[in-house]
Order: sequence, then C-alpha cells, then structure tokens
Amino acid sequence: MDFPILSSIILLPSIGSLFLFFIKGSEGKSLQTIKYVALFVTITNFFISIYLWYLFDETSSNFQFIEDKEWLDGFINYKVGIDGISILFIILTTFITPLCVLSVNNSIKSRLKDFLIAILLMESLMIGVFCSLDLIIFYLFFEGGLIPMFLIIGIWGGERRVYSAFKFFLYTLFGSVLMLVAIIVIYLTYGTTDITKLYEIGINANFQNLLWLAFFSSFAVKTPMWPVHTWLPDAHVEAPTAGSVLLAAILLKMAGYGFIRFSIGLFPIASEFFTPLIYFLSLVAIIYTSFVALMQEDMKKLIAYSSVAHMGYVTLGIFTNTQQGLEGSIVQMISHGLVSAALFLSVGVLYDRTHSRLIKTYGGLVSVMPKYSILLMIFTLSALGLPGTSGFVGEFLILMGAFRDNFLVATIACFGVILGAAYMLWLYKRVIFGKLNNKDLLKIDDLNKSEILVLSIIALPTLFYGFYPEPLLNTVEVSVNNLIDTYNYNLVSFGANNG
Amino acid sequence: MELLILFLPLIAAIISGFFSKLIGDRTCEIITSLFVSISAVLSIIIFYNVIFNDYLSDTIIASWINSGTLIVNWSIKIDALSAVMLVVVTLISSLVHIYSIGYMSHDPDKPRFMAYLSLFTFAMLSLVTADNFLQLFFGWEGVGLCSYFLIGFWYKKETANAAAIKAFLVNRVGDFGFALGIFLIFYFFGTVNYTEVFNQIPQLIDKKIIFLGISCNAVDLICLLLFIGAMGKSAQIFLHTWLPDAMEGPTPVSALIHAATMVTAGVFLVVRCSPIFEYSILALNFITVVGMSTAFFAATIALVQTDIKKIIAYSTCSQLGYMFFATGVGAYNVAMFHLFTHAFFKALLFLGSGSVIHAFNNEQNINKMGSVWKKLPYTWLMMIIGTLALTGFPLLSGFFSKDAIIEFSYLRGNTTGIIAAYVGIFTAFLTAIYSWRLIFKTFHGQYNNDEIKIEKIHESSFLMLIPLSILSVGSVFAGYVFKDLFIDQLNTFNFWKDSIKFLNPLSPGHPPLIIIYITPILVTLSIPFSYYLFVKNKKILTSIVDANKSIYNFLLNKWYFDEFYEIIFIKPSKKIGKFFWKSIDLNTIDRFGPDSISKIIKILSLKATKFQSGFIYQYAFIMLLGFSAILTFLIIN
Repeated sequence: MDFPILSSIILLPSIGSLFLFFIKGSEGKSLQTIKYVALFVTITNFFISIYLWYLFDETSSNFQFIEDKEWLDGFINYKVGIDGISILFIILTTFITPLCVLSVNNSIKSRLKDFLIAILLMESLMIGVFCSLDLIIFYLFFEGGLIPMFLIIGIWGGERRVYSAFKFFLYTLFGSVLMLVAIIVIYLTYGTTDITKLYEIGINANFQNLLWLAFFSSFAVKTPMWPVHTWLPDAHVEAPTAGSVLLAAILLKMAGYGFIRFSIGLFPIASEFFTPLIYFLSLVAIIYTSFVALMQEDMKKLIAYSSVAHMGYVTLGIFTNTQQGLEGSIVQMISHGLVSAALFLSVGVLYDRTHSRLIKTYGGLVSVMPKYSILLMIFTLSALGLPGTSGFVGEFLILMGAFRDNFLVATIACFGVILGAAYMLWLYKRVIFGKLNNKDLLKIDDLNKSEILVLSIIALPTLFYGFYPEPLLNTVEVSVNNLIDTYNYNLVSFGANNG
Repeated sequence: MELLILFLPLIAAIISGFFSKLIGDRTCEIITSLFVSISAVLSIIIFYNVIFNDYLSDTIIASWINSGTLIVNWSIKIDALSAVMLVVVTLISSLVHIYSIGYMSHDPDKPRFMAYLSLFTFAMLSLVTADNFLQLFFGWEGVGLCSYFLIGFWYKKETANAAAIKAFLVNRVGDFGFALGIFLIFYFFGTVNYTEVFNQIPQLIDKKIIFLGISCNAVDLICLLLFIGAMGKSAQIFLHTWLPDAMEGPTPVSALIHAATMVTAGVFLVVRCSPIFEYSILALNFITVVGMSTAFFAATIALVQTDIKKIIAYSTCSQLGYMFFATGVGAYNVAMFHLFTHAFFKALLFLGSGSVIHAFNNEQNINKMGSVWKKLPYTWLMMIIGTLALTGFPLLSGFFSKDAIIEFSYLRGNTTGIIAAYVGIFTAFLTAIYSWRLIFKTFHGQYNNDEIKIEKIHESSFLMLIPLSILSVGSVFAGYVFKDLFIDQLNTFNFWKDSIKFLNPLSPGHPPLIIIYITPILVTLSIPFSYYLFVKNKKILTSIVDANKSIYNFLLNKWYFDEFYEIIFIKPSKKIGKFFWKSIDLNTIDRFGPDSISKIIKILSLKATKFQSGFIYQYAFIMLLGFSAILTFLIIN
C-alpha cells in the first residue's frame, strides 16, 4: 500500500479546521493566526493536488490511487480513487478554496474562525465527492456538503438569509432523498455499492430508468436545471462572497460530475432513453435563463442566472455522447468554476465598498477603478465565450458535439451565445462605462493588492486554457474515451438483446 | 519572418497597454507605430516573394484544441490571398497608427488607444493567416472585440457605448450562422482545416441533409451559413445596422477597422472558401442578390445623410456590396482587387474627413461646414483624390476595380449577373452623386458654422498629412499598377494559384462597349451635375426634396431598419425576460413550489401545536380514541 495521498487531500482541510477550533481568541493577533493557518492548509493542499496531477497517469483509463478500507463490518467500504475526470475537479476545488480564504478579509466581519472552519470542512467534503468510488461514501460527502453551505448562508448571509437557506435546503434535500432510496435499492439488488464493481456487473436495463430518475432528481436540483433552479439566485444573493464562490465554482460542479460518473456511467441505457428530456431542459435553461438574466437588476442575481445558463450547456454536452461534447462539458465546468468564482469575487469587491449589489448604483467605474475594469473585462469576455478564453473552448466543443448528435438542439443552443453576449456586455456597460453619476463612487478605491492577487490568479488560467487547453483535454481524453466506449457497448448489447 | 509579422503588433499592444506608465505616452506611440510599420515592411517583402518567387508556406506554431477527431493548430498560412491581405492590413494599420499620434494628441488615453489599434492588427493578421476555420473564427471574434473596444473608446458617451454593444451583438448574430457553418463542416468532413476540407468538397456535392425539417443540399447549406457570418462582419443588408453607428468611435478607427480591413473580412471569408462556394449555385446567386441590394440601398441612404462619417460609412457598406456581388458571379479575384483598391481610397477619405472634423473641432455635420477649401487646401486635395478614386474616375484605382466588377458580372451571363451589372452601373452613379455632395457641401459654397470663425480653421499637423499623402498615391496608382496581377485573364492564375478556385474559368471576351463606357461617362458627368445641384442652384434640390418628402424621410431614417429591429427584437426580448422572471420564476415555480410547501408545513405545524394544549383531559381523550382504534383494528382482524 502506497502513501494514501487521496485520503490526505480529503482529510487535510478537516485537520486544519480542527486546529482552528483550538485557537483561542477572536481579535487582533489570533485572528491573523487563524487566517494564516487556514491559508497555509489550503495552499498546501493545492500543491499536493498539483503533485497528484503530476503523478497521475493520463494514458490509463483505470481508476488510480485507489484506497479500499472496510467500514462498518464490510457493510460499507471506504473506497476512493480517481480518473482523468475527477482529478481536474479536485484541482479546481483546491485552487478555489485558498482564494476564498484570501477573500474573507473584507467581507466577513463576525465569527471569522467559525466561517473558516466551515469553509475548510466544505473543502474536505467536496474533494471527497470527486474521489468516492462507493455510492454510500459518495452520498455522505455529497449531502454532507449541504450542511456547511447551509450554515454559511444562514449565519453570514444577508437580510433574507433564513428564507434562502431553507429554500436551498428544501430543494436539495428533496432531490437527495430519492437518490438515497435508489442507492439502497442498488445495494439490496447487487449486494454492493462499489462503483467499479457495479460498472463491471452492469445494472439491469429494466431498473435503469427508475434509478436514473432518482439520481437525476438529485443532480438536477444541484446543477441546477430548469425548473428547479430558483433556489440558486436566492442562495447567491444572500450568501457572503466566499460562499457564493464555493457554491458557483464547485458545488454546482458536483452535479455535473455526478451526471458523468453515475448517470452516464451506471445507467447508459436509461441515459440514452432520457437524452431528449435532458436536451429539452438544457435548452430551456440556456435560453430561458439568459432572457431572465438580461432583466436582472441585482448583479449577483444576474450572474447566478447566467450560471444556470452555463450549466445548461454542460448538461447538454454530457448527454451528446460525443468526445467533443463530453470534453467540452468538462472544460466548461472548469472554466465556469474559474469565471463564476471571479465574477462573484468581483461583485464582492464592489459590495465591500458600497454595500450595494444593484446595477443602477454604479456606472462610470472605469475612471475610478481602472485595474478592476480590466480584470472584470477578462472575466466578462470569458463568460460570453470569446475565443482565447477558456469559456470559448468549452462552449464551442459542446456545441460541436451537440451538432453531431442533433442539428436542431445545437442550433437553438447557439442562440444562447448571442444572449450571453447581450447580458454580460450590458452588465459591464452599466457598471463600468458611462458617466460617473453617483457621487459616492468618487471616493472608492481601486483594487488593493490582495484583491489584485486573487483576481489575477484566476485570470491567468482563464486565458492560458483559452489559448492552450491541451493540459485539460489530454488529462480527460482517455477517461472520456473509455466512458463513451462503455456507453456505446452497453447500447449495442442492449439493442442486440431486444431485437 | 511570418512570426514577426504576426507577433510584433501583439507585443506592441502588450507594451503599450500595460507598461504605459513606465515608459510614457510618447514611447508607447513610437513603439506601436514602429512595430506595426516593421510588420508592414516584412509583409511587403512576403508579398514580393509571393509574386516573383512563388513563395508559399504553412507554419504551425502550436496546437490549440485537440479533442477526439477535432485537431486544431495555431498556424500561419501564406499564399497569394493571405499575402494580399497582409499587405493591406499592415500597411493601412501602420499609416493609421502614425495618423493617430496626431489625431489623438489631446486625448488622455493615448496608450490605451494605440494598444487597441495594435491588438486589432494582431487579431486581423491571425484571421487572414489562419489555415483552419477555428483560428479564422478566433481572429474574427478578436477583431470584433477590438472594434467593440474602439467604438466605445470614449466610454463616457452614452451613444458610443450603445453603438459598441450593438456592433458586438449584431456581429454575434452573424457569428451564429458562421459557427453553425463550422459545425456543419466538422460534421461532414471531421476536420476544420482548409486544405483537408476543400479536398473533400467534390464528394459532397449531391449530399442532401435534413436541417430543421427542411431537406437541402449540404454544400448549399454550408455556404449560406458561412455567408451569414460574412454578412454580419461586412455589414450587408439586414445585418448592416451596426456600421453607421460604429462611427461613434474615433475617426482613425473608422478608417482602419470600419473601412479598410475588418469589414472586408467577410469578403475575404467568401474568397477563401471559394473551393466550397464554387459548388453552390444557390449560395452564389444569394450572395449576388444580397451584394447588389446592399450596394444600392446603402448608396440611397448616403444620398441624404448629413453626418460626414456616416456618409462614408454607408459608402463603405455599398462598396462591400460590390465586392460581394463580384464573388457571387465567381469573380473572386476581382472582388479582392476592389478590396485592395478600396482600402486605399476609403482609408484616405476617412482620414481626410478626420482632418476636417479636427479642423472644425469635432463637428461632423456637413451642413455646418462649407467654403473651407482654401483654408484646408491639402486636406481638400486629398479628399478630391479619394473621391475621384472611389467614384471610379478614369485611370484612378477605383476605375479599374469597379468597372471590372460590372464587366465580369455582365459576362457571367446568368440573369442575376446581368441585373447585378445594371444595378452596379446605377449605384456607381449614385456613389458619384453622394460623394461629390460631400465634397461640395464640406469644402465649397457658403460657410455655415456659427460656433467657429472661419479664420480659426486651420490645416492639420504634419503627422496627419503624411499618411494621407501615402494613401493618395495608393488611391491613384494601385489600380493601374496591380490590375494585370489581380485580374488580367492570363496572369491572374499564375498569381492566385490554388488560393482561389475557379470551377468555370472566367469567360474571356468583352461585354458590349456601352457597358464598358457608360460608367466612366456617368461618373464624369456627375461632377458638374452635383456642382450645379449642391452649390450653384440649391433651389432645385429643395424643390425635389419637398416634392418627395416621404421618400426623403424614408432615406433619412435609413429605411427604418433600427426602428423595425427595436420593435421586433429588442423590446420583445426585454418583455420575455421580464415575463420569465416575474411570472414564471417568481409567481409560478416559487409560489407553487418551495413557498407553498413551506406554507403547508407551517400550517400543519400550527395545527399540530393545537394538540399540545396542556389540558390533561384532552390528552386523555386522544389516548382513549387511539386505544379504541387499535382495539377495533385487532378485533376486526
């Protein structure tokens, strides 16, 4: 048995949060210590995960770094392992979390220690989601992530935080109950919840549809897909900046990841059967929410709705069953993870200064915040999918894949590209350009050093992967290939058995 | 060398954009101008090599996207077509850079402006040197972005911001078609590389596909979709509305982006894809029709506009229409020739008008000018040369290219071709009228400006006049010098080689003499005619206008395109957005979904609390009820 590197990455933030717990005092020096500890832990974790990427063998389609331990007398196995798809999400998580820690400086005024503990716990749980190779373990991590998020919104949120927190909880819980039932059914039928074993066994085609729907109900809420998306804008609006960032950048990706790993992987026949449903809901998400985003008056809500639209592309791409579509979806998720994080941080920057998220408060910021304007422009462009940014690579590959599968769907989805440009540019114009009419804005400062640092760190990969997405694409290629082969093999053999 | 051509402007943009505080405004101006000029010199060397040494190359710089069967590289492809574009882009760009140093001398944001110009040059170069559709698309969107930045350069102006967004969005509509075209190409050929695609085209000729419920020929569909992209970028009718508004940007921008280079990208696209378009009669006819409609309709609008830049903008729109219908009749080389000459005289006209605007302290209305030709002799001379070249006055550059378009359209022999030729002739007449109207109203007649005294009008600086002179040389001689190379029936194939495909060789022979002579005659006669109309006897003009008030208003309001789009696209979009948000999200999903669930739970729990009243007799009563229920149940069983 080698060094349990995955468990280390999962556990390190939790251990860090334990340390935080024992640091006493909440003022001055100890506050500083708390921040440094959190930062140190998360950054270390980032470097370990980069090292993991370095160790990772891109040419193999097998799960790697597998750890398998019996738990509860063999009823559940603690089994973790990664393939090319999971590793990218792990790195996304370990990349975004330290930035969240950095960003709390200005926004969190009370109970900083508790807040950081929640964030570190979140990190552990989210990494756990992307590593799990056992359904029960996956479920625990997946739903466990709800709790810190619920607390982050409920305790550090805005005025309507309780309403939003409960809405968030209600929606997501409703979905996950059905998933739990499905997992129990799988355990009772096949005697195991080990994903790799289930891949080998292959789930009976007759059960697949119901099981698929149960998983779908959970993932659809978390994605979020239309019409169960309404919790997201509320949650974002009320959540503190770091909470919004984690929510948009990583929490939403758990659902996309779930679709790839479970819906496509475990239930290929049902996935094929339900593809039209997914297409329909994705298109509604892309077009409908883009229109809604156009009319938003609150910046955070606008970005939240744009997240729904972007995730619409993701679900569309996943179910195209083409290499371009799936790889595009993964790139799109990584890209959206970066860009939405950056956009929420950018809104946070303004909120910290003026305590307003309303678009009409602003206008003409370019003359007082030139640096901010440049960075925000980069993220705006990436959000609208301009070539040369990571957003383009994802979106274009998805559409290309979709086009190979269905002309009509791809054509409608393409309209979203026009709408996306409309709401993002209009937002940018109303906030940054024009005359500076609001006198209060004259006094505000441009980005300080730590803000510049945080936003530039996100801008770099956004641009780099726009020009050179090879590292991402190479990492996932074999795994995606393998997934599609299995999927097609299942379809063919199912077709053969049923005439 | 190719790498230098491409990356010098990018490096200049980065230096000027990020390090201006360190090195000062003046250094930024010098670096950007110098780097782009070097790039221009190198481009000319390449052009020379292509002409005389048959130079060809396709350099792969790095891989870009690699997903499954999709393999896309960053590349630099040099052939006759891209060499011509290289020269046009870098040459005009370097002149505009130099001109801008003078024009923008009072602007506080000079380095930013220069950085955008250089960045634009880089994007445009990556567009023309692509060896695949995706890099083309990269450059395509890149120039669109720079255009967006530059139109909205004066960000405090509300109209400039609106125009910038409009330009970007209208182009996105075009890109929508373009992207679908690329998807379709990938769908059929499994590649987006030009050479690989073009080689496979003949196998696809009779392939039918069902697209959105309509059965159509695959090649036709690809061509039409690509052409929609070209229509957006080159401001053809229906997707033209952004170009006149784009004049909100500084004038050097209009000269470079909205006249000489970016807007011709659509023409370039069609010419580049000639190996596909040649197989689609439908698409070619469609292009001809769109091209000639645009040429005509834009010219009619230009007749009555009063903003000096908008007149030239509509003129650009109209000339692009000429280029398109040239491609539509299969005369791709002639289209490229007109693109080439047009770049010189249209840039000249724009920069000249910039000089006028500068002199009038940012006044753009030609009704508030007049009589200043003695005050601005040099600018006046330059504008006259530009106008002569544009209208196709004999022996100037526009004469060779525009008449060639009309002739080749006629020679094509099909109905659309012949109609296009006649429309072309008539439009050439209109072009002459509106161009001379501009000259006469701006430089002759009475002085009409109340705000600035005529004594204060003075000629622009040396830095601005040098680029004008160089462009004027091009406007005069580019046609005569390069006509053999570009369009001569014997030489032209040696020059273009495989970069342009002619399925049917251009028909030799000559059209009837009347077709050849009528345009120059009309154009020449229009000078005294316009002089009479716009300077000598204005009463006739007013009476014509009064008699046809409705037509006049129709033209003045630009055929009401903007109003029409406002009603059918913009307002409904906002309404739909509001409806989805308020009526569906909030009042349906939330109201009946989570909110009603939480309400129900609340009601239930309220009900439940009533049971806990604290009175023993109530509890006892409930117990009794339960107990008897269980008993009954057991007894029945």
